[in-house]
Amino acid sequence: MTETFINWGMTADWAWFVATICGILLIALPLMLGVAMIIYADRKIWAAMALRRGPNVVGPFGLLQSFADGLKVFLQETIIPSAANKGLFLIAPIITFTVALMAWAVIPFNSGAVLADINVGLLYILAISSLGVYGVVIAGWASNSKYPFFSAMRAAAQMISYEVSIGFIIICVVLWAGTFNMNGIVIAQKGHVFGFLNGFGFNPLLFPMWVLFLISGMAETARAPFDLTEAESELVAGYQTEYSSMSFALYWLGEYANVLLMCTLNAVLFFGGWLPPVDWAPLYWVNGFVWLLLKILFFFFIFSWVKATVPRYRYDQLMRLGWKVFLPFSLLWVFLVSGYLMATGHFA
Amino acid sequence: MTVAQFIKAFTLWEFLKAHALTLKYFFKPKATINYPYEKNPLSPRFRGEHALRRYPNGEERCIACKLCEAVCPAQAITIEAEPRDDGSRRTTRYDIDMTKCIFCGFCQEACPVDAIVEGPNFEYATETREELLYDKAKLLANGDKWERAIAANLEADAPYR
Amino acid sequence: MIHTIAFYLFAAILIASAVLVIMSRNPVHSVLWLILAFFNAAGLMVLVGAEFIAMLLVIVYVGAVAVLFLFVVMMLDIDFAELRGGFMKNFPLGIALAVALLAELVLGLGAYRAGKLELGQADGTAATLAGRSNIESIGGLLYGEYLFLFEAAGLVLLVAMIGAIVLTHRQRTDTRGQNISKQIARRPEEATINVKPEIGKGVQL
Repeated sequence: MTETFINWGMTADWAWFVATICGILLIALPLMLGVAMIIYADRKIWAAMALRRGPNVVGPFGLLQSFADGLKVFLQETIIPSAANKGLFLIAPIITFTVALMAWAVIPFNSGAVLADINVGLLYILAISSLGVYGVVIAGWASNSKYPFFSAMRAAAQMISYEVSIGFIIICVVLWAGTFNMNGIVIAQKGHVFGFLNGFGFNPLLFPMWVLFLISGMAETARAPFDLTEAESELVAGYQTEYSSMSFALYWLGEYANVLLMCTLNAVLFFGGWLPPVDWAPLYWVNGFVWLLLKILFFFFIFSWVKATVPRYRYDQLMRLGWKVFLPFSLLWVFLVSGYLMATGHFA
Repeated sequence: MTVAQFIKAFTLWEFLKAHALTLKYFFKPKATINYPYEKNPLSPRFRGEHALRRYPNGEERCIACKLCEAVCPAQAITIEAEPRDDGSRRTTRYDIDMTKCIFCGFCQEACPVDAIVEGPNFEYATETREELLYDKAKLLANGDKWERAIAANLEADAPYR
Repeated sequence: MIHTIAFYLFAAILIASAVLVIMSRNPVHSVLWLILAFFNAAGLMVLVGAEFIAMLLVIVYVGAVAVLFLFVVMMLDIDFAELRGGFMKNFPLGIALAVALLAELVLGLGAYRAGKLELGQADGTAATLAGRSNIESIGGLLYGEYLFLFEAAGLVLLVAMIGAIVLTHRQRTDTRGQNISKQIARRPEEATINVKPEIGKGVQL
């Protein structure tokens, strides 16, 4: 995009600046629209599995429901509890929202369509997703209220626990791909299995890691069945209890943007990102972005499906699963994968 | 633990079975109705919004016997009465506090002239609390509005009383 | 140009937030300032071309260590008056430590400028990149040149971890923990029996 602006007669620095701003808007605005639609889809899927209808009144098939909700919270009053730490209370949702958007900078949407094609893309995502917990922890503390505080404690412990196993899972992928660059990881998956299946997830050795990544992703984004941080039967609404109006909406948007990010990571790390699932020439006629979008939607359906099926974990079970099952299992798999790669001379 | 159980536990077999079940339900016809556009049938005995009925000639039925006021367990009904110009006993005030009412139906059971009834209407949500403090004019208007449905319901239920 | 602006921005915020870490009265605010400081340090790392270190700084320090700090500090109930009471008593010790640190810093800078250490170039700029990425360079150093030291460091950390677990672990007999593998192994046939009691006889449990 930078070249286009240079051709319009800008200096290289300005062209880069303008191109970056445009890129950010090009990602963030459709993302917000996508989040609105995905909230609607989530509610519809959840409802259908409970034999309900879900939102169906606002707009055709209720498609505009999220916008109506958005308008509602926008017009509400922002209530700040008198005993709350005012500054931090208002900063916390902004942190969650900003962090949820930041990670999208390194996602490859198509061959070469990346805002920031950095060498350490995957590490960047890991770093950014580990920041998401601050929005929750700060909110819990700044609300000066019991339930949000419990929720913050839970969130902090939960995210740290599952980040460890996510790290090991990512190492398995990176060992095979040989790069931390997101685009490089996608390209490394071309014809990965039997020479025609695009994706590490089709590899029998990496498939269990995908399952672990899917589950850890649900825990990392505090999605059901791991939504302990906002377990309404125990903690009212968790860290969101004292929030209203736009500050609440920012949490909502950030949460779903994170879920979408996890779906995208599933697609990019294990199912070939913008590559078609099978390495067959006619499939490449379809735009890569369409393939990525289809994969994201598929994984989001899985997320919603799980939410509609599995009851919430108890907190000690969650911790047990993270530390006593996922961590040893993924560690063993790092050993197996690196051993296999050494034995087959992958690194030579 | 047998080998089969071990494999089942590791392949998350129970989870997969549960997900297959929910996926089956995903495609099933919906159990809920499309409420504001579709409504469930109501029993003739349904106890909804209150109404004061009139005789076919337009005379109000209520004779201010205050049986409903006496029987009301929530004490939601307030009645004041004095003789009208023509000498007949009629209410000057008939208030029902709908926020107190528990919809037990005792008032319509107590009424000797079928004046106070609970009609089939249940969609009378209001924006303010004050609008739920019904007075006589509101109740009579309700009666005029719902008379056909109320009369039909009373007739349908009559054989069982 | 933008490089310079970015450097001074990161550096200024880093120093300001580092000062605020020790100046703020609320320990939670201190930790949050510390996080901001880590962030700007990561920014500086990116500026000198060490993006891997920058990401690790964010992942390890901001993502894990500071969360645990926050976790602990949020739950602490600190008496500030008491803390400040001990200030004058510890003041000489603090000054002594500060002087020692300053001396070490000057010594280190001197050694660095002498140019014998291969950390960067003697005039203060970063080392030139060796035509390969950060990760490969660090991997080459850690798993090639310094493999034994690296493994030794790992061993030390392992010992520390085991020690911490041994010190704090206690076997509790008064709780009835969940035995999940036992639960999974349990079959419906073992859990229930079908009986047809005669009328008036009841069931033998």
